[in-house]
Amino acid sequence: MTDLTALTIAEARDQLKAKAISATELTGAYIQAIENANEALNAYIVTTPEKALEMAKASDARLAAGNAGPLEGIPLGIKDLFGTEGVHTQAASHILDGFKPHYESTVTANLWADGAVMLGKLNMDEFAMGSSNESSYYGPVKNPWRAKGSNVDLVPGGSSGGSAAAVAARLCAGATATDTGGSIRQPAAFTGTVGIKPTYGRCSRWGVVAFASSLDQAGPIARDVRDAAIMLKSMASVDAKDTTSVDIAVPDYEAVIGKPLAGIKIGIPKEYRVDGMPEEIEKLWQQGISWLKDAGATIVDISLPHTKYALPAYYIVAPAEASSNLARYDGVRYGLRVPGRDIVDMYENTRAKGFGEEVKRRIMIGTYVLSAGYYDAYYLQAQKVRTLIKKDFEDVFHAGIDAILTPATPSAAFGIADQEMNSDPVKMYLNDIFTVTVNMAGLPGIAVPAGLDSRGLPLGLQLIGRPFDEETLFQTAYVIEQAAGKFNAPKWW
Amino acid sequence: MTLVDTRTPEPKRFVSGATGDWEIVIGMEVHAQITSNSKLFSGASTTFGAGPNENVSLVDAAMPGMLPVINEWCVRQAVRTGLGLKAQINLKSVFDRKNYFYPDLPQGYQISQFKQPIVGEGTMIISVGPDKKGEFEDIEIGVERLHLEQDAGKSLHDQNPTMSYVDLNRSGVALMEIVSKPDMRSSDEAKAYLTKLRTIVRYLGTCDGNMDEGSMRADVNVSVRKPGGEFGTRCEIKNVNSIRFVGQAIEYEARRQIAVLEDGGSIDQETRLFDPVKGETRSMRSKEEAHDYRYFPDPDLLPLEFTQAYVDELKADLPELPDDKKARLVSALGLSVYDASILVTEKAIADYYEAVAKGRDGKLSANWVINDLLGALNKAGKGIEESPVSPDQLGGIIDLIKEGVISGKIAKDLFEIIWNEGGDPRDVVESRGMKQVTDTGAIEKAVDEIIAANPDKVEQAKAKPSLAGWFVGQVMKSTGGKANPQVLSDLVKAKLGITE
Repeated sequence: MTDLTALTIAEARDQLKAKAISATELTGAYIQAIENANEALNAYIVTTPEKALEMAKASDARLAAGNAGPLEGIPLGIKDLFGTEGVHTQAASHILDGFKPHYESTVTANLWADGAVMLGKLNMDEFAMGSSNESSYYGPVKNPWRAKGSNVDLVPGGSSGGSAAAVAARLCAGATATDTGGSIRQPAAFTGTVGIKPTYGRCSRWGVVAFASSLDQAGPIARDVRDAAIMLKSMASVDAKDTTSVDIAVPDYEAVIGKPLAGIKIGIPKEYRVDGMPEEIEKLWQQGISWLKDAGATIVDISLPHTKYALPAYYIVAPAEASSNLARYDGVRYGLRVPGRDIVDMYENTRAKGFGEEVKRRIMIGTYVLSAGYYDAYYLQAQKVRTLIKKDFEDVFHAGIDAILTPATPSAAFGIADQEMNSDPVKMYLNDIFTVTVNMAGLPGIAVPAGLDSRGLPLGLQLIGRPFDEETLFQTAYVIEQAAGKFNAPKWW
Repeated sequence: MTLVDTRTPEPKRFVSGATGDWEIVIGMEVHAQITSNSKLFSGASTTFGAGPNENVSLVDAAMPGMLPVINEWCVRQAVRTGLGLKAQINLKSVFDRKNYFYPDLPQGYQISQFKQPIVGEGTMIISVGPDKKGEFEDIEIGVERLHLEQDAGKSLHDQNPTMSYVDLNRSGVALMEIVSKPDMRSSDEAKAYLTKLRTIVRYLGTCDGNMDEGSMRADVNVSVRKPGGEFGTRCEIKNVNSIRFVGQAIEYEARRQIAVLEDGGSIDQETRLFDPVKGETRSMRSKEEAHDYRYFPDPDLLPLEFTQAYVDELKADLPELPDDKKARLVSALGLSVYDASILVTEKAIADYYEAVAKGRDGKLSANWVINDLLGALNKAGKGIEESPVSPDQLGGIIDLIKEGVISGKIAKDLFEIIWNEGGDPRDVVESRGMKQVTDTGAIEKAVDEIIAANPDKVEQAKAKPSLAGWFVGQVMKSTGGKANPQVLSDLVKAKLGITE
């Protein structure tokens, strides 16, 4: 029998419908794969095999009855940031020790309603703060990819490192992830997977542990563009419980896969050619441009003049919101409580012990920039920058650009406990240089694998689209995928 | 906010100190709990008196990933209140987070409105008095703003020797914070302001105004200055929970500040608490210890926007407000300003009065409501809602007087019977034989009897006509008060040969 975990979501869906395989078999194969691999990769924090088999059985019943949903019987991994009823939901933080919510996030509820099966909760950077998945309380996730001839462990990127690694290592058919500054696209690029951060408001944030409310957006990480399109269709919805979600019908994203690019205008922003960018990245970008040109797209040089301010502004806005969003973790109602002499002492003990270094750093930055006397100089200024960044994009879209092509990351995956990255937090923050602008502007962005670097590590390209025009992104990314081919990590684990 | 002095110093409001006269300057921030079935940003119930933590939703408990959703009803109530205060309604307003840590603040921030409130400047006319001449003085007090915000939960420190308990029932309940301008100059004005504000929100049905249940609480800013001088440094007295205490707190605080200043000291800007048992204020925290609340726009909520048409619709549906009602009672029903003022102070009283006066003599109805009903209620310590006599019953009594079935005097007895035993006034009059005797023959007989028995008085009455009243009284006594007073009086005068 072939390895069922090798099937993409689309393939598995078709075979399930054809009754060639059962959801129970498919789920069983993934449970086995996780059991074999998770100790090495640490992608899952918690697995829920019993629940998975129970859900798979129900899927089989629905498949038999002929009322299968769009994701019927498809086993998924869920980032620990999503509230899952009765199941570990701790944002990979010590401070949420023991927390199991009495509610299901809207996004995961949508997936279950469409028939998907939950395999467990995926590792991530604590509270989605990080670009390497090293800030998790549950330890780093290992990238299934290693450089040719090397056995050095690499990071899978972050914060959705568990999601990306689990998809790349075939420990789930697809995974949910979230992206505040690049947390879907950067790990996707590091692991040879496809990740899309949809337009802000496309997916409900209800039930997803908040990092930075005005930037957070859920999206899928999948093995290919089609799978990402299938998953996003199920995840997205307007939600009365999230007033920032938007009431625009969710299109059938899969329907645009394979549509020709004739008439599509692709913008190439000069500001994304940053200092010290490896030549390989530049080469990859040029390759992407010629693929799209060959496919019939028009290539236009564009300018997004405020790009260079995006990263510093992001590191004001995101920590500011985070410092307030994370105030609720105070040891009073749930999660960790470290006793103290009085209430203030208890707060201090709990938060000192419960939050990791990176989270504390961002809470402090956020608290600082919102403080009396600094608010205008930092937070307000950053919001102005944000408006300008948004306007940069509006201008080029107004001029007729349909999508913008950029590198996804300034480098391939780096080593776990990388000296350089860990000695200077700003170096780590630079990982997001190509992705944060998209969050600041609330736009959709997709990362698609486009090649391997000289060491054999995957590299990705990013496409940025108009608000709520994820379709053009899927359509264009599919062309890159067809040209570049798919990349599978050689199994070493 | 720039402080503008809108008032002219008047000696009658001055407070005298050892070094001369002082003027008190008062501004108020009132937190009014919005009358609503559910909370400002969650669907949880707001019923008063539920068991601890029974009215708590996932949002109120600040569970991870929960998001606020604005309650449209509360917005409506805030706009209506703004209209009642004749204030600017802002078609766009913004919710901000006010960040601080406290166990009864589950989110670690309160959602409030900081820079862009839903309601801007407005005005309120307060009525201070009556003075010794029985006159009221109308004063205009400026309203700075009204904004929407969440209430916090409650910390209970007296339930356990080592622990504090937290009750989140109140967490997330909608409040309107109504901020006045520093326009008040005496504790009487402050009390009148709070009374009037309570009357307005009660008329509108936007807040029940029950200060003892905490649905209305006042933070009072007090400073003193030499009359007409620069504004002094203010102290804020937090969470005063009755109108009487507001008066006491201001009196105490003003005297305290005057004493400090006259001793050559200076006032520290600080937050103080009023202790109703000792009748004094004491320091809670100074400006140096003040929180940095790190306000910023709540990214979970879009700016609150609505159209002018929405406001206009609410405006068209507003009930008659106390000032308008008072004016109407005076102009259309001919009541005195004094009577009208009393009747409109509480919406329930005004409603009661209007039910009684409907199709009846307005003045007579006002007399009965004010003198008899309110008097009796006051004596019994009851509110108008608990009145044992309904507007229909009181109206029935007044009808009987008007029809001449009973006299005004009998009516008082009838009122007492209805108050104690209930029943339809007309039936009671019938069954108890309280009908007034208008039969001239019967009254004449009674008059004759009294005249015959008192020849000496008859003689005296011829010289002193006012003695006729004595005869009337005697006949009333002998007839059990049922004789028609007009008929009786005429007969007595005729028999005694008194002509007037």
